[in-house]
This record gives sequence, C-alpha cells and structure tokens, in this order.
Amino acid sequence: MSIEKGREITISVLKFNPRSKVSKPHFVEYKLEETPGMTLFIALMKIREEMDADLSFDFVCRAGICGSCGMVVNGKPTLACRTLIANYPTGILQLMPMPAFELIKDLSVNTGKWMDGMSKRVESWIHNDHEVDISKLEDRIDPDVANETFELDRCIECGICVASCGTILMRPNFVGPVGLNRVARFEVDPHDKRTAEDFYELIGDDDGIFGCMSLMACEDHCPKHLPLQNKIAYLRRKLVALR
Amino acid sequence: MKINYCDALVIGGGLAGLRAAVAAQKKGLNTIVLSLVPVKRSHSAAAQGGMQASLGNSKMSDGDNEDLHFADTVKGSDWGCDQVVARMFVHTAPKAIRELASWGVPWSRVKEGSREAVINAKKTTITEDADRHGLITSRDFGGTKKWRTCYTADATGHTMLFGVANEALRNNVDIRDRKEALSIIHENGRCYGAIVRDLITGELEAYVAKGTCIATGGYGRVFKQTTNAVICEGIGAAIALETGIATLGNMEAVQFHPTPIVPSGILLTEGCRGDGGILRDVDGHRFMPDYEPEKKELASRDVVSRRMIEHIRNGKGVPSPYGFHVWLDISILGREHIEKNLRDVQEICQIFNGIDPADEGRKGWAPVLPMQHYSMGGIRTKPTGESQNLNGLFACGEASCWDMHGFNRLGGNSVSETVVAGMIIGNYFADYCLSNDVTIPTSTVQKFLDKQDSYLNEILTYNGTEDIFRIKNRMQNLMDQKVGIFRDGENLKAAVDELEELLKKTKQINVKSKERAGNPELEEAYRVPRMLKVALCVANGALQRTESRGAHYREDYLKRDDANWLNRTLTSWPDENQTLPTISYEALDIMTMELPPAFRGYGAKGMIIEHDLSEKRQAIVDEVTEKLQAEGKDRHEIQHALMPFDLPMNYREKNERAGDL
Repeated sequence: MSIEKGREITISVLKFNPRSKVSKPHFVEYKLEETPGMTLFIALMKIREEMDADLSFDFVCRAGICGSCGMVVNGKPTLACRTLIANYPTGILQLMPMPAFELIKDLSVNTGKWMDGMSKRVESWIHNDHEVDISKLEDRIDPDVANETFELDRCIECGICVASCGTILMRPNFVGPVGLNRVARFEVDPHDKRTAEDFYELIGDDDGIFGCMSLMACEDHCPKHLPLQNKIAYLRRKLVALR
Repeated sequence: MKINYCDALVIGGGLAGLRAAVAAQKKGLNTIVLSLVPVKRSHSAAAQGGMQASLGNSKMSDGDNEDLHFADTVKGSDWGCDQVVARMFVHTAPKAIRELASWGVPWSRVKEGSREAVINAKKTTITEDADRHGLITSRDFGGTKKWRTCYTADATGHTMLFGVANEALRNNVDIRDRKEALSIIHENGRCYGAIVRDLITGELEAYVAKGTCIATGGYGRVFKQTTNAVICEGIGAAIALETGIATLGNMEAVQFHPTPIVPSGILLTEGCRGDGGILRDVDGHRFMPDYEPEKKELASRDVVSRRMIEHIRNGKGVPSPYGFHVWLDISILGREHIEKNLRDVQEICQIFNGIDPADEGRKGWAPVLPMQHYSMGGIRTKPTGESQNLNGLFACGEASCWDMHGFNRLGGNSVSETVVAGMIIGNYFADYCLSNDVTIPTSTVQKFLDKQDSYLNEILTYNGTEDIFRIKNRMQNLMDQKVGIFRDGENLKAAVDELEELLKKTKQINVKSKERAGNPELEEAYRVPRMLKVALCVANGALQRTESRGAHYREDYLKRDDANWLNRTLTSWPDENQTLPTISYEALDIMTMELPPAFRGYGAKGMIIEHDLSEKRQAIVDEVTEKLQAEGKDRHEIQHALMPFDLPMNYREKNERAGDL
C-alpha cells in the first residue's frame, strides 16, 4: 500500500439503454488514476461520481457476498467488487454486461428475474408435510450432513455460472448450473423428503440434467468454488439410473 | 395512475420483511413485498457470525436460557432497551431458529467427542456429550454469559436469507424487486400504502394496502466508513419521518463494529474474536486485557471499539496510508479452523488485502479499525411493531426502534431480531390487516402520486452549481468526523449546522441527464435529501443527549446519566419546510423493569449517575423473587410476576431444552 501517484488505467464500458429509442450499443472509455487496493467497485463509483453520472451498474454488499455485480471483465464473467485492478498488468479493463440475462442498462442485467424463475422451476424449498413444533427440541442432523448441505447452500445466485455456460447458448431454457446445484442441495438435505423420482420430474430432460455438455466453465468461474462438476455428474448418474 | 391493491404491503425484502410477509401470507392475506434489489441480495446476507438463541445444546452453552439471554441483552443495551420487548425477543429466538432449521437452514451441529478450541489465547479441549450429538451448536460472541451464537460457518445471514426467501416462494408471496418506495400514503392518522418507483422503467405506481410494514434496514450509509451495503441509506425511516406523523426513536444510537478490514470497510465477523482471535497493537502486544481484564476482546462492541481508538490515541496504532489501525490476529486458531469456520473471512483478507490470515505470525495479521456497523435507532413502534402515532404503519428489523437494543446491540442479536420480529410483528401486522379495511378515496392516492411526480420533475429543473455526489460525500465525512465513536458538543453542533446547510444545497444542484428512467444521478438527487434528514436526526439527537450510554459516547459528558437521561429520543418532521427535526423524549419506567439499572459488568466502573428509583425497584425485585422462590415457584412464574409480556400465535409456550430432559 504505497501513497505514490498510481498508474493511469483505462476502463472501457459497453453502454446501451434498450429502453431508449436513440441509444445504440457502444463502448465508452474512462481514464483514471489507480489507488491502492482499488477494486472495480471503487473505480466504477468514481467514474459515476466524477465522469459519467449516467452509467448504470449494480452493487449491493461490495464484499463478494450478495452476488449483485457479475459482469464480463476482459472476456471473463466475474464479480466486479472482488476484481482488483492491480491484477491487470496492462491497466486496461473492458467491461460488458453478462450474457444470457435480460439487459436493463449498461452493465446492469436482470439476474433477479432469471433466478426467481429458476427457483420456482426446481421448487427451491424444503418439501416436508411434517408439521414441526418449534417449542420442542429440533430434529437431529448429523454434523457432517449439515455441513455437506451448507457447502452447496453457499451459492449466491450471482449468475456467473449461467453467463459462462456453453449449453445455455444452444438451449435458452436450460436450468443452468445454479439450478442443478440447487437440486443437489435439496437432494442431500434430510429435511427435504423429495425422492430421486421427484427430482427427475423437475430436471430429467435436455433442458435439465441431460442437457449439460460438461464444458465446465461454470466451475472454472464460480466465485464460491462450488463443486459443480462433481454434483452435476452425481445427479446425472443418479437420475439416469431411474430409466 | 396504476394502483396495485393488496391486503398487506411489506417494503423491504431482507430477513425481517420476508419473514413478516410469510406470516401475513400464512394468515390468508394477499401479501406483496417490494425490494430495491432481488431479495436474496439484501444486506441480511452479509451477517456472517451468527444468530443468538438460548438453545443450550453445546458444552459451552449448557445451562443457557431466556433469563441469561435477557440479562445480556439489557446490559448490552446499557439499560436503554424496552425490557418487555427484550423478553418477547429472547423467548421467541429459540423458536425462530428451530423454525429456520425446518425450512432448511443448515445450522452447524454438535459433534460428540473432543475438539480443540482457543479460549483466551490458550488451546483448550472441549468434549461434547453423546446425547447432544446432531443438535444445533453455538459459538462465543461478545457480551454474552454463554456460548449462544448459532451459525452456519461464517455465512449465517446468507443461509438464513435463502431459507426464508425460499419459504416465501413456497407460500406464493408476491415479491417484486427493483422497486423503491418514495412516500407513504396516509390520511387522518392512518397509513394506506406507498407511492413506488420502478427502478427499471422509472414509472410511478401506487400500492394501496390495509396495512404497511417497513423493513428496509439501517442507515449506515449516512456515514463514510461503514460495513453496510450501499443500499442501507435509511430511506424507509426517512419516508416514515416525512409523513410528519410517525416518529423515529434513538437515532443517535449508532454502533461501530471493532473489526472491519482497512481500507475497504468489509466486515470481519465477531466470530473471529468469538472463536479466540485477538487484537494486537503496533508492537504486536495484545492490549485488550490491559483495559478489560475480564471480558478482554469479548466485551460489548461499543466498549471494544472505544478501547481500540483509545489505544491508538495512546500512540500504539499501526501507521498506514489510510491512517492508524490495529491488527486482528486469527492465525492462532490454526489453519484448519480458519479454512472450515472462517472461510469467508479468509477470502476477504486474501482478495481485498492480499493477506492469508491463516499464515502464522505478523504476516497473517489483518488491519482493522472500528467503523459504522448497525443502526439501533429507527421507526419508533409499540411492542406490536405498529407506529406509536401512525395507525397501520408497522416496522420491523433494523429499520425499526422496537426497541430491544437500546444504545448498543449485542453481536448475534441483529439477525436474530430480524426473524424474531418478522414472526412476532408479522403476526400482529397480519391481524391488523385482517381487521381493517381500505377506506381511502382514489383521489387521495392520486394526490400523493402527483406530489412525487412533480417532485421528480422539479429536481430535473434545478439549475444550480452544487453537485449531489459532493453533497453526499460531505455528509458522510461529516458524520464520520463529528458524529462518530467519540462525540462532543462543539463538533456535534458544527455537524448539525453544516448538515442543515447541505440539506438546503440539495435544491441547488443540476442533474445532467433529464431522463426519468435509468438515471443514477436523479436517484441520488431524491435520496440524498432524505438521507440528510436522517443524518440530522442522528446528529441532533446526539447533540442534545448530554450523557454517555452504550454506543453514544460524549467526551464532555462521560457518565451514563440515569437521573436525567433514562429515556428514548423521538424525532419527527411535522412541517416539510423544516430544516431541523423536532425532538421530544419518551421516559423509561424503572418501576416496571425486571432488571433495574446497574453496572454492565464491563467498561469503566463508577461512571453512572444513579436514578433514585433504581435501588427501590431492585429491592422490590429481590423481595418478590425471594418470596416466590420460597413458595417453590419456578423461574417462569417469577419472571411473570416481575414483568408480564404477551406474544402472538403459540409463541408463549415454554422452550424445550436438551438439558431439561
């Protein structure tokens, strides 16, 4: 962390407002001085405050926890808030909105709408008819099983796996790695009473578990390092055995 | 004009809002949740360390119960809380956590057998009994008698938020994101919904409901250095304030967390210290035991934050380009523990600072400094969550001053409050919606919508020389420098004066793009004046309160003054042309307290100006307790005799514990 003058960096952003009659997609370049520990969150806020108050992007936690700020940086989808400018030796960063999602404006895409659809499609909630008495001792869960469920529950729905996914380019209705991981998460959770047969009904087709081409860019880019490859393979083996 | 009618309207889609919405939907009400962002991205997700609930399952929490949780919460609040609300809360917390378990929150569980833990910088072996295996476990947090904080590693808020959001989906709650409430619709002292802006299309709509519940979180972003998400701007409190009727409570009660990382301000959870991490100074010396020999790093947050700054002022801070800081050392917990239980902390240190906190020695120490973290103040409500002044307006979670935190909140009590208040207030809110009708003419709704519409147009016609971003930055810096951890009359007065000037300047700006949609500067232009009103409530409340209590610390009034200040600050904004809030006070009644004011057990001794009634009430409490004990009454009966409280649903039932069986 030095206090010397930082290098000049160039941030090039694809700007487009699909709601405007006159707007056309175009790149705009911003030049600014790098400060110690500068992330894309800090840089984009500075650009909005000092150079272009019209620039749209999404941040919420700015700490890599909420999954709001996925964007394509120099060709790779990533969380902008966790992107350190110092890791780009050329000092040139090209930013584009994530593909596969509805574009709102500039770098802002509607991941929320997509994730809501996915959650409803895989019925992303505990299925259990048993009425729990919350004044009584909780059901016991083996600590290792609880931990295994937690590991898959760490997904933050940032959409980076969807933006990385080759399959979704061919099958726009593909449930996505995030959807398959969600099924894997409920499959391992003892609270959920759904059977493999039930999950087959949800994802047992080419827009589900059998559609994945195993290119695995999802796992390469997942900011939470979820074991997507293993879990997709596991689900496929388990569900293919049913037919 | 587009009017959306519903039975129950919830503004804010974090844990509190979603849980309240589930309560309303389950009572058969057509419920809509409005959120600035997709609800699973709410700031609730950032809660790392855990949720307090006195389950008493693990070895170090054995014997825990509501009474101990209550006492810790009241002491933590520096006797500023509403003790009835604190009782309602501690009684419902174990139920909340068990409900969440059944909704799929993968709580970390007790594992039978021995494991190593670090307590007071020493390796210790803890052995869990076989009969507790598989029950929900807990870790240590500041200001608590027992290890009471239940968790899912260090992503507790995230898993809770997904659990509750999924339950809302299961119950078909109508969730609409990228919607921002601009004003509250009200007539004759009753609230009927809100005027709402769609953040994608810019369109204004009215949402008309039988009851409205605000759950928009805190106002941390009125400060520069804060752990809060960028959406925590206090707008929910501001639009309640702008009704001119609803009041805000204790806005000056702002918590500073001891261990955000420098310079990004991203929080490193209290779990770091709860699990045994320690604070070190420029010499590598562990300094907290010098100041707080008993609780050390685990005194309450207000105390630890002040001690850190005090130590830096004593010349022991570590210099950096961002000023002085101290070190947080968790390397002593060992790599295995960090990579399992503090993984997000490790990731934050690695990504934002290039430090691996599991590296032994100085290399692994993380630079930390106290920063704004939590808003104890908020929309003042009755114990049912309804505004004291505006009927049909409810508030829950951090947006409210319910008021279970008083002047300082304990770690782990905030995510716990979100779901507990969502359960309790959500049900009272639903009952209100079930027994009241919408009786407002559409012309009134139109009037409220037109007012916001012309306000937005007016902003776009401003043709001044001021810049809204510069005004916002100035406000945030002022709040940090003059309304921060250490406060005094002179600086507070200067802050109030300048904030008032800044509020006037918000009408002298020039918004460059004249578009009504997709225009981030326009959004700042209507939000910043609301933030400034909130900031003025904080600064002015702090200026008037000439004592030190909890997180509110006056260097010119060092003592907690129960004789004169055992009260709650109420701020309102009755005339929209006012440039300062109106302030009044609500007394706390010692003679109804279960736990009369006394020393907290940490922080400096002899710093209280006693109230005459404290001793008198204590004598009565002791007498009643002794008498009932002699009659063989149990702790529940004694508690009821001292300070009765109500709860909705079947939440009043006793909580079963493994230790009772």
